[in-house]
Amino acid sequence: MKLHEHQAKEILAKYGLPVPEGRVAFSLKEAVEVAEELGEFPLVVKAQVHCGGRGKAGGVKIVKDMEELKEAVEGLLGTVLKTFQCPEGKPVNRVWIEKATAIDKEYYLGITLDRSSEKHVLIASASGGMEIEEVAKEDPTAIITEVIDPVVGLMPYQLRRVAFNIGLPVKEFVNIGMKLYRIYEELDASLVEINPLVTDKNGGIVLLDAKIDVDDNALFRHKDMEEIEDKSQLDPLEVEANKYGLNYIKLKGNVGCMVNGAGLAMTTMDIIKLAGGEPANFLDVGGGANVEQISNAFRILTADKDVKAVFVNIFGGILRCDRLAQGLIEAVRNVKADIPIVVRMEGTNVEEGKRMLKESGLNFVSADDMWDGAKKVVELAGRYE
Amino acid sequence: MSIIVDKNTKVVVQGITGKEGSFHALQCKNYGTKVVAGVTPGKGGQEVEGIPVFNTVREAVEETGANCSLIFVPAPFAPDAIVEALDSGISVVVCITEGIPAHDMVKVKDYLKKNYPESILIGPNCPGIITPGEAKVGIMPGHIFRKGRVGIVSRSGTLTYEAAYQLTRVGLGQSTAVGIGGDPVHGLSHREVIEMFNEDPETEAILLIGEIGGTEEEEAAEYIDRYVDKPVFAYIAGITAPPGKRMGHAGAIITGGKGTAKAKMEALKEAGVYVIENPAFIGETVARTLGVLEASQEKRTCEAD
Repeated sequence: MKLHEHQAKEILAKYGLPVPEGRVAFSLKEAVEVAEELGEFPLVVKAQVHCGGRGKAGGVKIVKDMEELKEAVEGLLGTVLKTFQCPEGKPVNRVWIEKATAIDKEYYLGITLDRSSEKHVLIASASGGMEIEEVAKEDPTAIITEVIDPVVGLMPYQLRRVAFNIGLPVKEFVNIGMKLYRIYEELDASLVEINPLVTDKNGGIVLLDAKIDVDDNALFRHKDMEEIEDKSQLDPLEVEANKYGLNYIKLKGNVGCMVNGAGLAMTTMDIIKLAGGEPANFLDVGGGANVEQISNAFRILTADKDVKAVFVNIFGGILRCDRLAQGLIEAVRNVKADIPIVVRMEGTNVEEGKRMLKESGLNFVSADDMWDGAKKVVELAGRYE
Repeated sequence: MSIIVDKNTKVVVQGITGKEGSFHALQCKNYGTKVVAGVTPGKGGQEVEGIPVFNTVREAVEETGANCSLIFVPAPFAPDAIVEALDSGISVVVCITEGIPAHDMVKVKDYLKKNYPESILIGPNCPGIITPGEAKVGIMPGHIFRKGRVGIVSRSGTLTYEAAYQLTRVGLGQSTAVGIGGDPVHGLSHREVIEMFNEDPETEAILLIGEIGGTEEEEAAEYIDRYVDKPVFAYIAGITAPPGKRMGHAGAIITGGKGTAKAKMEALKEAGVYVIENPAFIGETVARTLGVLEASQEKRTCEAD
């Protein structure tokens, strides 16, 4: 789960970390109030969206007076901000307004999980402000990594080493680093990223931007986080699917797919592409796949108007295919879908399942295996396009 | 021979009184696995499907000689269950549970490496492990597997079934199939399982099923390149997956241009692995290639004669 910059900064401030003084505003009226409260110009107005590259896309504006502030806020709220990182864009329903910082130098600081060492790591660089992946590509030596021991945690000497290396005020940086790690731990974060961390003209450290991602698997112990999630930043069908414990991701094609298990779901997308089609989505109904899940999944799948044909690929194993067929028939009748549905299923009672689909009078096409199914569904989707 | 589990494996099921636990304990038992005990704190003394239930894993081990644990405990309590199993002398821990926080797994994995370097953890978020005809310690449908000579290692569940079923249908079967799980931090890695298959005389070929995210497949490729002479086949799922989106599994995500299917396939190809592009032809490709390899080997032996 992703937090907005303003939510992250509010958390950092609560831990006593140096973030620019600012507030969030959901409307022009609130924005004016915030500006009056802050009581000085210039101010920085930042669109709150879950995607990087805001600056280049015009989502961050420095304003010198109230007129400029109003203009900037009006130009952002209610729009869809498209950046190079998310070309489809995200809706701007709030802005963060903060006092401008006189920047001297920019740095990068992040804490995240390193899958290779299976430990958390602190990453720092004197090349702040740009994408850390870009820095890594261009000059790997510019990146300092400190591996964090899972038992003793991040140690102050590690932060001192970083501070001496990239030239930051040592005592202040150690204090900041220790607190950031505490936040990372306490929130079950998968990422805490300060990019840039800056020194200002007085030589003090300011955390100018902040990004916090929380591990979805840990939300059961962070109910407060779940409550503040801005669902407008997610695809509405993905949100709907999540409610039913389904994993759905909208893609660009016209072949809908419904599969049990994440690996097989990805494989089904791949084989649709191999057969010359484009998958409309990733949809995992769960390894077990019960009839109710399939029914919900079918409704969400067919709510996407781009879908011209559906490929159901279920490797049941323990699930009986006759029950699966029954579920599919009910689901299709409920949704009143008339698009063709290619069904490939494995499990016990396959023949009975196939017979039921055939005799239902609905638009089902049986497939013998994955490749047969993929070819059939791509051909059908093309015909209805 | 096979790897990790066989007919002598004695299984204790942690979380046996739950819906999933009791169902799969019975499925494993019916398959022929020696399911000797179950554990649910507070329910010691009961029986589930004729299997005695204990309050602690230690008791179960002492009373029944269990040496392998199969975990169905819900995610908030699963890290505790894994560590309890390890501390009770269990040498193979198979954790089916999905949704364990990554922070917890970092600690559990560190504990395992430091205190029990010889013990094996499989999963979490995995289908388990099966040695066909001997032991099924997991949730996979047993009937699609057949004793054979291909070792399977995979990060996913149903995709493993698909691949195994294809191998069964072409008559090859499996020596052992290991589902290592789809979480970013987990037990056995692709490389470690391949190492075991490489040393197992009954495994003649290895099938690696990978997916986007992380660098495990690349690390396996490095190992294969150096040490493995047996034929290795691979399929990598997610060539069409968009970057930055988590594809179901917590670990299946392309971030910062890393972990793409393409990069993994290239690394494997360079290591001499047969990379299969069409997942519907896994069984056929393995069978055909092994046939060709065998024919050429026979030819070589004839010429040597």
